[in-house]
Amino acid sequence: MTTYVVRRLLLIIPTLLILTILVFFLVRFLPGNVIDLLEADMEYRDMEIDREALMRMLGLDVPFYVQYARWMEGIFLHGTLGKSLFAGHTVEEKIIAGLPVTIQLGAMALVLGQLIALPVGIYSAIRQDTPADYVGRTVAVIGMATPNFWLALLVMIYPGIWWGWSPPMEYTPLSEDPLENMKTLIIPAVILGTAMSAGTMRLTRTMMLEVLRQDYIRTARSKGLRERVVILRHTVKNALIPVVTLAGAQLPILVGGSVIMENIFNLPGLGRLFVDALGQRDYPMVSGINLFLASIVLLNNLFIDLLYPYLDPRVRYN
Amino acid sequence: MNDPAGTPSLEIIPKRRSRLVEFFVRLGREKPLGTICGIIILLLVLVATFADALAPYPYYEMHLIDRLQGPSAQYLLGNDEMGRDLLSRLMYGARLSLGVGLAATTLTVIVALLIGGTSGFLGGKFDLAMQRFVDAWIAFPGLLILLTIMSITGRGVSQMILVLGLSGGVGASRIIRGAVIGIKENDYFLATRAIGSPTTATLLRHVLPNVMPVMIIIFSISVGGVIMAEASLSFLGFGLPLDVPSWGGMLSREGRQYMEIAPRLALWPGLALTIVVYSLNMFGDAMRDLLDPRLRGGEG
Repeated sequence: MTTYVVRRLLLIIPTLLILTILVFFLVRFLPGNVIDLLEADMEYRDMEIDREALMRMLGLDVPFYVQYARWMEGIFLHGTLGKSLFAGHTVEEKIIAGLPVTIQLGAMALVLGQLIALPVGIYSAIRQDTPADYVGRTVAVIGMATPNFWLALLVMIYPGIWWGWSPPMEYTPLSEDPLENMKTLIIPAVILGTAMSAGTMRLTRTMMLEVLRQDYIRTARSKGLRERVVILRHTVKNALIPVVTLAGAQLPILVGGSVIMENIFNLPGLGRLFVDALGQRDYPMVSGINLFLASIVLLNNLFIDLLYPYLDPRVRYN
Repeated sequence: MNDPAGTPSLEIIPKRRSRLVEFFVRLGREKPLGTICGIIILLLVLVATFADALAPYPYYEMHLIDRLQGPSAQYLLGNDEMGRDLLSRLMYGARLSLGVGLAATTLTVIVALLIGGTSGFLGGKFDLAMQRFVDAWIAFPGLLILLTIMSITGRGVSQMILVLGLSGGVGASRIIRGAVIGIKENDYFLATRAIGSPTTATLLRHVLPNVMPVMIIIFSISVGGVIMAEASLSFLGFGLPLDVPSWGGMLSREGRQYMEIAPRLALWPGLALTIVVYSLNMFGDAMRDLLDPRLRGGEG
């Protein structure tokens, strides 16, 4: 076990390094020069163009390996992801400012998603092949196919037409007015949560059915335990182990979903920051957010893998 | 079925149907919903292919007098803000959506085969290094990587196909790698190596035919997600060009701008998208279950 943990921890170092290279050069080596794009943009906005100054500001006046070394130096020695091209903020200041909104949205979506998925999945399994089971499964597969941005549009349109109610589009910080804040976040969180619950629900159902077929469940029943105890203590507890892993593995989907939701519902989180940065061609910001989010996903994946033997003592890594 | 005892059977052996026909018969018998979804996809592919003949109007033809009109006999689903026929635009949208989706997914499978195949076949240090790259790539939330690349290459159909195909392929390469490593453990593989058959022959005769089903499965379970990704990118303004009627783009432009006056502009493209992705997912699940039940994921 210890060797496994050490090996995994060591392997994450080259992966993180490759990640920094990927994030850094993705923006620089793709066809389409950043400077040209910025220039075209500034021309359009009637701003004064100084190619040299622009290059210096982006740090593009030195060879690419020096640029990369400078970037890495900034991260490791000075703890900074660089400066935004606009408004004089550093990238990490902007990330820290947007992070609470994204975390709150993500956490709410995750909780809501599990609250929907687990009961439906469990019920669907214990009532296998009944109408309730079919309804649950059908809704889940349709839910998986429904684009979340379309659902968001429908929620903005139809309640307004039918009942004259539209979701609030102005963000209120949690610290200012928790109730108003919840009102702005609940709709995107529900949409994001339902979208994610479909997969969880299906996995919960499959795992429940699998565990229900195990010998130890038959033993539990035949020693006369009440059905409630058999289901809750013996089945659910074992069936949910992979579901926990899935919840962790859904983080990248959650990130993608919040990018879309924050943009539709006007929430000042990381996703909005990212798309705005792309629109303004603020590439230091883009690379910074990419590296930040991807590192979190990477560490999250490692964490889930290492957590697994504790959740399921049958699993041993050697 | 082979008789294990080897006793000669007096039964008349029926004429064998070709394997492909047999596969489709099994599909129809065992997976009725999957088959229906397959037929829906086939119909949509036909609509997409013959959109020029089937669509009542060209997708760009403006009828400014009839702008934002509701459904009528003349315009079955109504018009958008420039008086363009919504039904025609949806039909051409199917062409874009399916065309980009199928092309990008084909590329996904090819890239996955190249990366996963070499990594799994060569193994050793190359595999270890390659897999760290794949790890890093997978950690990158899909939408972020796609948005970043598209913001630099600019909107476009071929860009979209390349970006979706390449980035999906890196992720899917893990499955091919696993399959190839599995093949390498078989005795027949050891035997071919032992008799010294050349690497190319081994690859073509033993590895490729055995990863083929896996490739088909990757294709059929990925294509729905690829279409969804294209729509999401177009919705956010980083996908297909503005002058083509992509469903995602229609939702974000006409759909959002005129949602109070003409909500159907936001209704139909999304519905079309849902039907396509749903049908592809169900058909893909059915294909996967028939080809390799071991790969069955969270399906119930």
